Amino acid sequence: MSERILSSKLYVGIWATLMVLTVITATVAFVDLGPFNTVLALVIATFKALLVVLFFMHVKYTSEKLTKMAIVCSLFWLLILLFLSLADYSTRAAGHG
Amino acid sequence: MDVEQQRNAASLGMWVFLGTEVMFFGGMFCAYLIYRYWYYPEFAAGSRSLDIWLGTTNTAVLICSSLTVALGVRAAQMGKRRLLVLLLLLTLVFGLAFLGIKAVEWHDKFVEHHVPGASFSAEDLIQAYPQIHIDPARTQIYFSLYFAMTGLHALHMIIGVGIFCYLTYYSWKGRYTPQYHTPVEIGGLYWHFVDIIWIYLFPLLYLIDRKPLK
Amino acid sequence: MATATIPVEREHYLNTDYGIRSWLLATDHKRIALLYLVTITLFFFLGGFFALLIRLELLTPAGDLVLADTYNKLFTMHGQVMIFFFLIPSIPAVLGNFLVPMMVGARDLAFPRINLLSWYLLVAAGMLMLHCIFTGGVDSGWTFYTPFSTAFSNTKVIEAGLAIFIAGFSSILTGLNFVVTIHRMRAPGLTWSRLPLFIWAHYATSIIQLLGTPVLAITLLLVVFERAFHLGIFDPTRGGDPLLFQHLFWFYSHPAVYIMILPAMGVVAEIIPCFSRKRIFGYSAVAMSSIAIAVFGFLVWAHHMFVAGISLYSAMIFSILSYLVAVPSAIKVFNWTATMYKGSIHFDTPMLYAMGFIGLFTVGGLTGLFLAALGIDVHVTDTYFVIAHFHYIMVGGAVMGYLGGLHFWWPKISGRLYPEWLGKFAALTVFLGFNLTFFPQFILGYLGMPRRYWQYPPEFQVLNVLSTAGSTILAVGYVLPMIYFLWSMRYGKIADANPWGAAGLEWKTSSPPPTENFEEIPEVTWEAYNYDEIPSPEEVPVGR
Repeated sequence: MSERILSSKLYVGIWATLMVLTVITATVAFVDLGPFNTVLALVIATFKALLVVLFFMHVKYTSEKLTKMAIVCSLFWLLILLFLSLADYSTRAAGHG
Repeated sequence: MDVEQQRNAASLGMWVFLGTEVMFFGGMFCAYLIYRYWYYPEFAAGSRSLDIWLGTTNTAVLICSSLTVALGVRAAQMGKRRLLVLLLLLTLVFGLAFLGIKAVEWHDKFVEHHVPGASFSAEDLIQAYPQIHIDPARTQIYFSLYFAMTGLHALHMIIGVGIFCYLTYYSWKGRYTPQYHTPVEIGGLYWHFVDIIWIYLFPLLYLIDRKPLK
Repeated sequence: MATATIPVEREHYLNTDYGIRSWLLATDHKRIALLYLVTITLFFFLGGFFALLIRLELLTPAGDLVLADTYNKLFTMHGQVMIFFFLIPSIPAVLGNFLVPMMVGARDLAFPRINLLSWYLLVAAGMLMLHCIFTGGVDSGWTFYTPFSTAFSNTKVIEAGLAIFIAGFSSILTGLNFVVTIHRMRAPGLTWSRLPLFIWAHYATSIIQLLGTPVLAITLLLVVFERAFHLGIFDPTRGGDPLLFQHLFWFYSHPAVYIMILPAMGVVAEIIPCFSRKRIFGYSAVAMSSIAIAVFGFLVWAHHMFVAGISLYSAMIFSILSYLVAVPSAIKVFNWTATMYKGSIHFDTPMLYAMGFIGLFTVGGLTGLFLAALGIDVHVTDTYFVIAHFHYIMVGGAVMGYLGGLHFWWPKISGRLYPEWLGKFAALTVFLGFNLTFFPQFILGYLGMPRRYWQYPPEFQVLNVLSTAGSTILAVGYVLPMIYFLWSMRYGKIADANPWGAAGLEWKTSSPPPTENFEEIPEVTWEAYNYDEIPSPEEVPVGR
């Protein structure tokens, strides 16, 4: 984390964006977009998470490469868990439970 | 260790710890992923039984709390003690509001017999959605995950509230200065992380399928 | 090296304060290491006691020593105690805690109070585990497979699960401390490529502890919730999948075996160069292999589930990945033996353990590859072949690495020398007893004797008797060091700073070290393992 002091206007702006995205997520759920509903909901959630990480948690302004490494590694490891488990579940001949 | 090295170490320590938390919640996300893949109708029905407006409100509450936390860290950086205390107190208010709303939701689930176990009943869902074939046994899986995930999230919120009580007290006592406010920074990181978990829980639990039914 | 004269005793980390509070509230990493040493030794003997009972029951084909239910509890608690309360902490919490700060030229770990918390968490977990054991025990197998553990077992699954959950946090915090220390607190000039391989090994171990243990934590917590609150996540009657438990459980528990072996490899990487008087062969290869093992180790977990019901397609993927993970381990074995080639070998006790490690680990690792082959695994899974395989690695590997490390660094830790002839004798006893105990089990498994069975067909008795005989010899080999280490603290010859003539920053300070480790933080300008510059102990006129 850097010691750079960010403007309160920036924080409020990020907050406003997050609030708007939340309302969008909730209302779009009522619109039938087929399988795209789930995709959109997760894309918006990821974007919100990115805003929190980059701005509220200062990752955009840090010179610490280790911080970014820690984040990337954790996410990568989570993906290992999810994808390799799915490799089993999605290829079972018996199908659903 | 000098102050700068301590700050670096504490910051790295907190980020690494948050990495472990990603894996901790990750196990539950894995279970969720598998069962949603297998039992989509039951997950959709269970999701509809949650109050979307309470969920949205809670999401907004947490986002507000992240704002007050971020502004609080900024106040600490600038040495504004009273502002810092105010923002930390506001954070606590938002945190407690979240927990209160969560308690209301859990109470609703209890009343509706959606708590897994002997008194569980999915009859209301089967009746409400005759177009979907809902297996009552499998619906318990959805609600088991609902309680496990929101329960552990709430536990992390409670711990966060505890941490912020500590930070509020010592801020009021004047312990944090522009040169030293590491606890506020790393406490803030923890709080934002708990917010991020909820940012994912909200669509995954509440918004599985809200399409108008034919 | 000093003999005879009794000077005024210099102050060091042991004699700086003798009060009980100074130990129980210690933040000195060296004292915390000793607290861990005592704790895990007690658990080692408890786990060993369960093993002895198992071997006694298996002397005869009939189930005549204990009830079947009791036998189930014995093998369960043997596994849980040995893995979570001995092996996982062992080298990192004892040798790692003691040496990591010194090897990087720091005065302590990054978070000394969290280090103490780690120990208290292990103690709390241990007390809960002991309570569980002495008020009925648990019989689910250390693997807690559902739905037996969640719905059918009548034993104290919740207590055991919670105890291991708490122990997991001890492990996570140790890993966190090491990662931050290694990144942030290295002495000036100590670049990553000058670090001892012991540090690389512990860094890799810490990565595994940090990324894997939380998944075990949530999995055990879900089992506890299911039992306590009747959630249905693993309940087949409610659509739950028992295999989901196994996926989540083994996601941690496979990398866990690398938590147990990597530190031992780190110990071996320190001992071999010292007692060959040669630089390690292929430093970068060994360092990168440690990281590779940590990463690849997370990609193979379902090789524990080949016959459990996973899809054939995923079984093939996990089989191939399991072959891949053996490669970095093999690279290390080649590098250690290449280090010894044309070296000036000194057969002191630590070297005996290190050489034993290389041989036994190779056998264990090779048999792992046999198990990774789907066709063979179908035949030998859940037999004594598997038991022999993992004991070769865990005991023939990890425990021998731990003992070798204890002997190597004992002069630094205690300021005393253990009696060398007794050390050699115990090492040979351990080696002999170990092989007699576990080699017959490869044959038993191949012939078809299942694991976790309390009785067996009479044709397997001879091999079982050999195995039990071996276990008593092994027990003697383990008890001996405990006795002579304790003896040496009072009566052993006084050690100087570097009795082995070893490389590494820890040998540049006195034995035992002062609380702050170094008078002055060294500035490092030399590469690791600079044995061409360090005289062999017998070349310097000091007595031993």
